[in-house]
Formats: sequence, structure tokens, C-alpha cells
Amino acid sequence: MTTRREFLKVSAAGGLVFGFHLPAANAQNVAPEINAWVVVRPDDTVIIRYARSEMGQGSMTSAAQLVAEELDCDWSKVRVEYADTNAHVRRKRVWGDMAAVGSRTIRQSQDYLRKAGAGAREMLLIAAAQGWNAPVAECTASNGVITHGPSGRKTSFGKVAGEAAKLAPPKEVTLKDPKDWKIAGKPIKRVDIPDIVAGRIRYGIDAQLPGMVYAAIAQCPVFGGRLKSVDAAKIEGRRGVIKVLPMEDYVAVVADNWWRAKEALKELPIEWSFGAGESASSESILQFLRSGLDDASNVVVARRNGELEQGLAGAAKVLEAEYFTPYLAHATLEPMGCTAVLKDGRVDVWTSTQNAEASHATAAATAGVPLENVYVHRVQLGGGFGRRGGSQDFVRQGVQIAKAMGSTPVKLLWTREEDTQHDFYRPLSVVRIKAGLDASGNPVAWYSRVSAPSIISTLLKLPLKEGVDPQAVASFADQPYAIPNVLIEYAQRNPHVPVGFWRTVGHSQNPFMRESFVDELAKAAGKDPYEYRRGLLPAATKEHGVLEATAKAARWAEPLPAGVHRGIAVTEAYGSYVAAVAELAVSDKNVVDIKRLVLGIDSGHVVNPDNVVAQMQGSAVFMLSAMFWGEITIKDGRVEQSNFHDYRMMRLREMPKVEVVLAPSGGFWGGIGEPGQAAIAPAICNALFAATGKRVRSLPLKSHGFEIA
Amino acid sequence: MIQLTVNGRSREVDVEPEMPLLWVLRDELDVKGPKFGCGIAQCGACTVHVNGEPVRSCSFPVSAAAGKRVLTLEGLAPGGRLHPVQQAWIEHQVPQCGYCQGGQILAAVALLRKKPNPTDKDIDEAMTNICRCGTYARIRTAIHAAAKSGKARA
Repeated sequence: MTTRREFLKVSAAGGLVFGFHLPAANAQNVAPEINAWVVVRPDDTVIIRYARSEMGQGSMTSAAQLVAEELDCDWSKVRVEYADTNAHVRRKRVWGDMAAVGSRTIRQSQDYLRKAGAGAREMLLIAAAQGWNAPVAECTASNGVITHGPSGRKTSFGKVAGEAAKLAPPKEVTLKDPKDWKIAGKPIKRVDIPDIVAGRIRYGIDAQLPGMVYAAIAQCPVFGGRLKSVDAAKIEGRRGVIKVLPMEDYVAVVADNWWRAKEALKELPIEWSFGAGESASSESILQFLRSGLDDASNVVVARRNGELEQGLAGAAKVLEAEYFTPYLAHATLEPMGCTAVLKDGRVDVWTSTQNAEASHATAAATAGVPLENVYVHRVQLGGGFGRRGGSQDFVRQGVQIAKAMGSTPVKLLWTREEDTQHDFYRPLSVVRIKAGLDASGNPVAWYSRVSAPSIISTLLKLPLKEGVDPQAVASFADQPYAIPNVLIEYAQRNPHVPVGFWRTVGHSQNPFMRESFVDELAKAAGKDPYEYRRGLLPAATKEHGVLEATAKAARWAEPLPAGVHRGIAVTEAYGSYVAAVAELAVSDKNVVDIKRLVLGIDSGHVVNPDNVVAQMQGSAVFMLSAMFWGEITIKDGRVEQSNFHDYRMMRLREMPKVEVVLAPSGGFWGGIGEPGQAAIAPAICNALFAATGKRVRSLPLKSHGFEIA
Repeated sequence: MIQLTVNGRSREVDVEPEMPLLWVLRDELDVKGPKFGCGIAQCGACTVHVNGEPVRSCSFPVSAAAGKRVLTLEGLAPGGRLHPVQQAWIEHQVPQCGYCQGGQILAAVALLRKKPNPTDKDIDEAMTNICRCGTYARIRTAIHAAAKSGKARA
């Protein structure tokens, strides 16, 4: 382990060597580090380090709130600074997992973040007590000030930080009861927003280095294809063009300005070997997946309770349906990119990444240097949504191109077209669902078979436990309803189209299917969709609680104006529990006017309530874009959509009224960034059924002729 | 050479006249406020003002800005004094990732200059920029708040 002094030198070199400023203030090189997370300057400024990524989910602020809460510091003196990946390598991963994925930034780091705050406070208290020659038990900390009770003497964190930094960290600390929180649990304003609105914040795309050149790339249009040849002579002599780089599955044009690189690339004759994927189409892929619904082999059991066949045989009524969800692109507003420079065995990378450690490892492997020689400079992300957390393809390319350019810094940037057509898509899926109802309409048997690609097998290349990809069967395998006979099966079917995590992934599709089918059951049972669910959910379940809270806020029992109809849905997602009520009207031209969307969430604890509201509002927009228009289709092995004109995003004028119901029941830590989407699609489709009698079993809604008002 | 005034400062650039203003600003002049999102004037992340009018600089040739005043997010708060729209953006915690917000803010500033008290319909029509994080509800609230503050200036 390196000493603190060494780390600070490295950190300063890594952060400032190219004059690329981090959004938050950097710690003074001499400021005492109390522990890896807390640095206190003599002027009482508290630097709280943040290890994961900030992409708008607000965790940079929430994570700091948890540290500050236990530290008892003055929030107005807190600055948040990214943890350095190079120091992370040298200090044996002292900051833990750096990935901001799976809605786990808070729930999977809250324990060590709070302990870091509490431990630092204890050290500051001991340092003050020692200075006063008083027992530490007589000293208290509040708002960055330490008070000796009996004498009334006071000192500040900054004054004792130097001594505190020399102390050994306490072995055990006591954490506060959340009901005593003063900083955590409050709607504190996000630390990065002032820099955003003033145009000071920097994204990966904004890296600027002396002598830097720019790269545009064209990747093989068919997934899995290879470059055959390129006629570089055709663009020789074009203004600004520096080099054409033929790579295995892409071509890069390097120029003195990105627009010149991109324009030259358009004129470059390229021949590809498309490979086996060329014959694939959306139809052939759907046929392949559908075969997974009937195949007897290559199918695994994800959950079994009781005897399905017996349950179905004894049922008074059996219902069956097939549901479909399409491939989706992430479409982060900042396209993929990476700036890199290789010099004297050292690699510096600036990239918008959800997983700085993975970017770091990819840069090291691509450049062929040890991890200790890599510096991944932390920046704000122009959206993530899962695209920047799994595959580090953009880092591999950025470093490959920089390596080919000697020691010249290169900024790689993808066009929107490349971004849309070379994503790792939200998997498509087809699901068969069957259920048997008893004479009173209650389900006695439930069957689902999911036929879909596996992200974990194909992207992460990890073995599946008993052959089941948990994302593919999410919310089926853990369905909460009291049903005695359940069988959930998974048929892994992997077309040539690459798949990856996408905001809410499996929970962006399976709750749509499950909760729409529960509505079908309620209809067959002749029961109210809310009361039907409520009756089937054991009272002790969190689903039961959030369903009730949301229905109450939506005034479910009250009559609606003529022509307005409701739908409801509930599910677990990412450790939180969500419910949605949609109220809408449908015109005779199938224009859907969403009057009101009530979204409830029980996330256990709430670290920043305003941020939870923001994430729920954002989730509504993300899901409405996906469910009305989102569909990536394949022809001749390649993606047909290319930009926002044919991969449509929701606009402000289409934003419905969203009401967020915070229903935290305490005692657990649920996710925030992704759960909000999970219940929206089924609530809206159930309301569409109530309005039109048409049961929507596939998305997007544009395929059914529905438009948003 | 093409001359233009960027955030009050006269600049000269030796570039192709058809080069989009966005790339002149970003790659030639190191003005990074305007962002690249689509390249086809769909998303508005590249929005800047040219002589006070909002334009999508990814599809706006630099020659059309010759001799004109270009305003980017960096130029909106001279001397560090935030524009009322920027203040409202902070007060209502509008941004999420923030990538589109420079464009959104400049679109809102242009709207308020034309219509100091915009209706929801005015906002619907003027605010066509894409936000992938989904901050639309707060953008609307913040525009109304900036209008109410009664000091929305040019």
C-alpha cells in the first residue's frame, strides 16, 4: 500500500497534468485524509470522495449525504470529489466497487459509506479530546464543531484534522438510527447542478488536450462482421485528414477536427465481410425465439411450486396468452466516445463510463501496460442507462486508435448513427403465460416460459446458475401472488444481435407481461383489478403496502369523468416496491391522452426525497418513450433505425402529469434509478384495455396504432 | 477567415464555410457548452443563440454566423451573475445528467425574451429539445418560475 503522500502526488498528476479540470474542487495536496472517504482541510472544508459515477441519478449527492450525516459535519462546507482509479489500484481497491449499475450505488455502499463517516468523526473527536487532555466521552461533534461538554471548550474539524489523520481508525462504530438523520433523508440540492447550469461541468466528450486530434469511426454494419478492405487513397489530401486506420471490425479516420474526420469517413470506400449474421431479420429472429416457447429441450426451470399440471387440470377456467417486447437502444444523449493518450508506458483516458474500474482494466489490457500505469479521469456522463456499464467497447477503440497514433492524444467520438446501430440492446423476448382460475376466479396455477437472449451469458460471459438468467425471468420467478402451483421456465435463445443491460432491463418488460396478464385474470374473474391484486397479495408483502398507498393517492375508488379510464400495476424491482395508476382517455383516432400517472415507491429508506421524485419523473419519460415508439428492428443483419427521426423520443409537450407517492416503510435499502419504470407500461396498457377493450400484448404501442396526445 | 463574436469576444476562424457552427465552437474555439447529440437538428443539445435567435448549431453552417453574435451557455452569466433561468434551474433542481440542459436553458431564455409570461402551450411549442433523463416536468415549472421572478432579461 502506498503512503498518503504518494497517493496525493499521483492524484494531482492524474487530475491536473493536462489542465483538465474536474467539476468539483480538488483536495489541497496537503489536506489531511482522515480515511479514504473523508479529507478535512485546515479551513474546515470537508472533501467527501465519491467512487461510483454520476449520470443524473443523483447518487454523487446522496452518497455524500450518508457520509456527512455520520460525520456530523457542516454540509455547506462539503465538496464532493471523485475517487481516483489509479490510486484505487495502488490502494487495493480501498473505495470498493466503482460501478454505477443496477440501481445499487446507494444500497450496496450505504453500509461502508456511513461507517466511513462515523469512523472519521470518532477520530476527529479523539484528536480533540487528546488536545484538551479530556476523556473522549465528554466530547461531541455537531455541524463540524467539536465541544467539550464540561468546560464548554470548542474546536473545529479543520483544526484537529492533522492530528486525527495520524490516529488508527476505530475498530467498531455505531451508526445513527435513520430517524435521527439531519442531512441524510432530506431534500438537499444536488452538488453538481450549479456546475451544470453554468456550463462548467465536463463530460467525456469535452476532454481537450494540447495537440489533440479527432477520430470518427465506421463499424461493420452487420454484427460479427469484419473489415475486408478500405481505399484510403480516396480521401488522401482532404483538408485536415491525418490518417486512415483499418481495424479488425471498424475503420477510423483521424483528422484535426471531428467534423472533418466524420465528413471524410463518408467518402471512404469500405468493404466488409458481413459473416453469418447477414441473413438475419426481425422476422427470422422472432421465429427463432418463438421456437423456444415450444421446444422440449434447452429449457430450464426457474421456479417451481406445487404441481402445475394438476393445478391447471383442476381449474374452472384456463387462460393463455403470448407477450412480446422488442430490442431497445439506450440512446444516451452523449454518444459513445473516449479520449486517450499513450506516452512513455502511461495511458490516460477520459471517458463517460458507468464503471471506471472496467474502463481502467480495458485501457490497460488494450495498451498492454500494467494497471498501475493507467489513469481514468472521472467526468460526468451524458446519460448512462446501462450502456456505459457493461461493454467497454468505446474504451477499447479509443485506446487502440491512440496507440496507433503514437503519443498524440486522440478524441474518439461516435456519430448518433453509430451509437444507434452498434449498441448492446435491451433484449427482445417472447413469453407464454398460462393460468388456471378456480370457481371463484382466483388463480390456482401459473405458468410462464420466457424465450429470450441472456445478457449474463453473452455480454458478461459468466456461467448461469442452473441455466437461468435472472434478468430474463425477473418478476416471474419472484412473483409475489399467493398461487399454489407455479412453473417458470427459461429458454435461452441468443440471436446475433448483441444485448446488454438497459435501464430497468428485465423489469422493463416482464412486469408489463405479468401485470397485464393479472388484469386478464381479473377480467375473467369479473373483479376490480385493484381489489383482485390486493386480495392475492399477502398482507405482509411490501407489494401489498405500496399498492394500497398508490391506489389511495390515486383515489382508485372514486368515479372518473366520462371517457377517462384507469389501469393499475404493482411489482418489486431492484429491491424497491413500485405501483402505478394511469388515468387516460383514448380518442376515436387512437390518440392516448394520459391525464394522470400516479407512481408509488417503497424504497425502505429514502436518502434524498427530491431526488427520488426526480428519478420517478424521469422513469416515466423513459418508459413512455420506450412503450409508445421504442423498437429496434433488424434487416439484412443490421439495425434499421439510425437517429432520433426514426428512433423517437418523447418531447416536453407529450409529458403527462406525474404524481409521485413516497411510501417508505423503512428497514431496508431499495434502488431508486430503475424501479420507477417497472409498473408504468402495464398500468397504461391496463387502462387502454379499460378504455378500448383492446388487450395490448406487445410493444411498442405505435404498432397498434396508438399515438400519445 | 470567418469572423464571429462568441460570448462577447471577437473570434476569427479559418475553416470551411459549410462546417457546422457546433464544431467550430467545440473543436476550433474550445467552447464546450454546446453539445453534440444527433447531428440532424433533432435533439437541440447543440442550441446556441445567433443574434439572439436560438439555432441548432450542429446543422447551422458557420458561414451563416459570420459577423454575428453567438451566445453559448458559458456567456449567459457575465461576471458570474446567473441568469434568472439558470437560477430557476437550480431552485427547481431541473437537470439530471445535464447534457441537454445548456440547450434547454438557451431555448428557455429565447422563449422568455419573446414571451415573458408564457402559457403551457407556449412552452410546449418552444421547448422541443430532447431530454433522455426526463426532466420535462421540472423544465416547465422552472420556466414559469423564471417568468414569475419578473426579471427575465435578454
